Amino acid sequence: MDVALLSRIQFAWTVSFHIIFPTMTIGLAVLIALWEGLWLKTRDPRYLQLAKFWIKPFAITFGSGVVTGIVLSYEFGTNFSEFSHLVGPVLGPLMTYEVLTAFFLEAGFLGIMLFGWQRVGEKLHFFATVVVAIGTVISAFWILAANSWMQTPAGYEFVNGQYIPADWFKVIFNPSFPYRLAHMLLATFLTASFLVAGISAWYLLKGRDQEFAKRGLSTALWVVLFLAPLQAWVGDEHGLNVKEHQPIKLAAMEGIWPATESHAGLRLFAWPDEEAETNHFEVEVPYLASLILTHSFDGELQGLKSVPPEDRPPVKPVFFSFRVMVGLGLLMVVMAFWANWRRRGGKLWEDRFTLRVLTWMTPAGLVATLAGWYVVEIGRQPWLVNGLVRTEQVVSDLPVERVALSLGLFVVTYLLLSWAFLHFYRKLIRKGPPDMAKLEKQLIGMEAPGYALNWVRELKREGF
Amino acid sequence: MELFYFLLLGFAILMYVVLDGFDLGLGILFPVFPEQHDRDMMMRSVSHVWDGNETWLVFGGVILMGAFPAAYATLLPILYLPIVLMLVALIFRGIAFEYRFKAKSSRRWWDLAFGLGSSVVAFCQGLMLGSLVESGGQTLLSPFSVLTAFAVMAGYALLGATYLVVKSSGQLQAKARAASKPLLVAVMLAMVAVSLWNFASVPSVQAKWLANLGWLWPIPLITGAIALVLWQGLKRSEVLPFFCTIALFVMGFLGLVVGLFPQLVPGQLNLFEAAAPVQSLKFMLPGVLIFVPLILGYTLWGYRIFRGKVHDFEEGY
Repeated sequence: MDVALLSRIQFAWTVSFHIIFPTMTIGLAVLIALWEGLWLKTRDPRYLQLAKFWIKPFAITFGSGVVTGIVLSYEFGTNFSEFSHLVGPVLGPLMTYEVLTAFFLEAGFLGIMLFGWQRVGEKLHFFATVVVAIGTVISAFWILAANSWMQTPAGYEFVNGQYIPADWFKVIFNPSFPYRLAHMLLATFLTASFLVAGISAWYLLKGRDQEFAKRGLSTALWVVLFLAPLQAWVGDEHGLNVKEHQPIKLAAMEGIWPATESHAGLRLFAWPDEEAETNHFEVEVPYLASLILTHSFDGELQGLKSVPPEDRPPVKPVFFSFRVMVGLGLLMVVMAFWANWRRRGGKLWEDRFTLRVLTWMTPAGLVATLAGWYVVEIGRQPWLVNGLVRTEQVVSDLPVERVALSLGLFVVTYLLLSWAFLHFYRKLIRKGPPDMAKLEKQLIGMEAPGYALNWVRELKREGF
Repeated sequence: MELFYFLLLGFAILMYVVLDGFDLGLGILFPVFPEQHDRDMMMRSVSHVWDGNETWLVFGGVILMGAFPAAYATLLPILYLPIVLMLVALIFRGIAFEYRFKAKSSRRWWDLAFGLGSSVVAFCQGLMLGSLVESGGQTLLSPFSVLTAFAVMAGYALLGATYLVVKSSGQLQAKARAASKPLLVAVMLAMVAVSLWNFASVPSVQAKWLANLGWLWPIPLITGAIALVLWQGLKRSEVLPFFCTIALFVMGFLGLVVGLFPQLVPGQLNLFEAAAPVQSLKFMLPGVLIFVPLILGYTLWGYRIFRGKVHDFEEGY
């Protein structure tokens, strides 16, 4: 085991963990803001119930995202110090903007969103919720700008041994950034929607909190109906962008070995063999890859053998992750149409099969996002900044036992963290929303501005 | 421009130390407040702000990376172990905020995570400060760095105790007041010891102070005066002790920076050598000038919304 490998495992481990949390919170923040806004507009308490319920899982997810994110912001320096020296002048300012325009905003208004129900009016509270949601989206903007720059660097100069910015607009809006941002934001909305859908479906299956679950499931299904197909289209566009700027990554995703391949088939399954530079057990649809990626049957695609082995990414993880992501994505599109179809006339609420599938699909968005992230990040190897900086060049000069120790610490800590997270998440879901029947009776005849307050007081009496 | 970012970095660190200082301090004080009810109140008094306070730590990190990449690349590997330990401890104490109030059987473990976690964070930060000042991070665990580590812990604890005086009432407040006194004595002793030791053992610091004694003498003098006001204030005022403690931190920080300036990694890098190219510094400038005042504004507003004492039935979410 060398320092480079241990550092990479550590970074992969900590970043994989971290990404789970913002993926859930970005979409959930938007949904919560939507429900709170709908409540203000319609005064239908069901929406307030939804917002207030989902704020709890949101809060523990957000907290876990914050603490695991701090780790990352220091890991660049501790484990990849040469990297931060080489590209710090480009990436440092991007991350500074992330902190200035997003992290502080989220943190500043989160307190009001979580604890401010009795301290501020309902409009101001809604404002805080919206600001938190906007903050999460802004944070995605900057971190994806930084990540995209590492994939498709632009607008830089190399001066005195450092990559320095030459044109900021080009640095931020680098060639892959728009696709990546759209793809990731859609992924977070889909993740949150399938989370809400799955848990609502579970309530329906259990026969509890029916009205609450129907309303939540309904919102989630509307979202996926529009966004799942949109995501398929954006993903396709993103793929074309990868073909243009990172053809070797695309070759690994598709499992294409020859230096060039026209009439390329779409490999549904294969076992890539990096030693023999070929695939085993191929199942392919003829011409389809060429058709999708070049919009012509005999379009030419660049293959892995067009570059020497040391310039190729690990093929297996990229190839399989890509299939997991696309497979889940297609399943989401199918479910979006099917579940919405079944909802007409309320058949869905009794359709135990569909509800069960939705429950299984609770983590679908998360798994797909993680898989997609692996395609992106492993597919960029052996480069840290595509074509410019190799990963092994920039590892810190550290004693191996020190990195082994830190890796061990992070493994244990994150396992404990995930145990606690799952334990309390389950607890919150099992507890469920508060009983509406009793509360609704009290809401009747109350003046609008006051009743949020009374409602909260009642919740507290309920021991909530 | 390098100077501006140096000041900004200093400001970020100071903001972090003062803000996260008081919520870390409450954790450090946990052993002195064994009762569940007291601990509930202590954590409630900061549960809406700890996240924002910790953001200053991230801000310090990215400013260092963006404006002084060479220093970031040099320092972080040197300080590897205390940084990793600090990050792990930050994770435990951070999630304790989320889970402690939802836990029943595991509550004492979350108490431990918050209390011990906060102490470890403070200790590591002190250790890093000490070894940095003493040797540019070359000797991590030396008598001097351990002394600064305890000094930082005592300082944070004092911040926490005086913050608690502001946010609590009755018995809890009396306890916080009582705890503040020995802490103040400890902090003052530690400040004197650290200053003298630093002065005696680091030639560059010594030279700097001796050459500029003409205008530097007010720093220790004002520090002493603040400590006296604090001591008096502990008897009757609610808010004075907290703000005096903050002032103590500002003075201590000033004293340290004066001795080090213009070095970023003592003995290795000064701020001009470590600075990023002017393009990077320029790009960040509008962001800093617009957003830092804005952040200070809404942070202050947030504190105003939650002003007053923490009560038994503080609203949850």
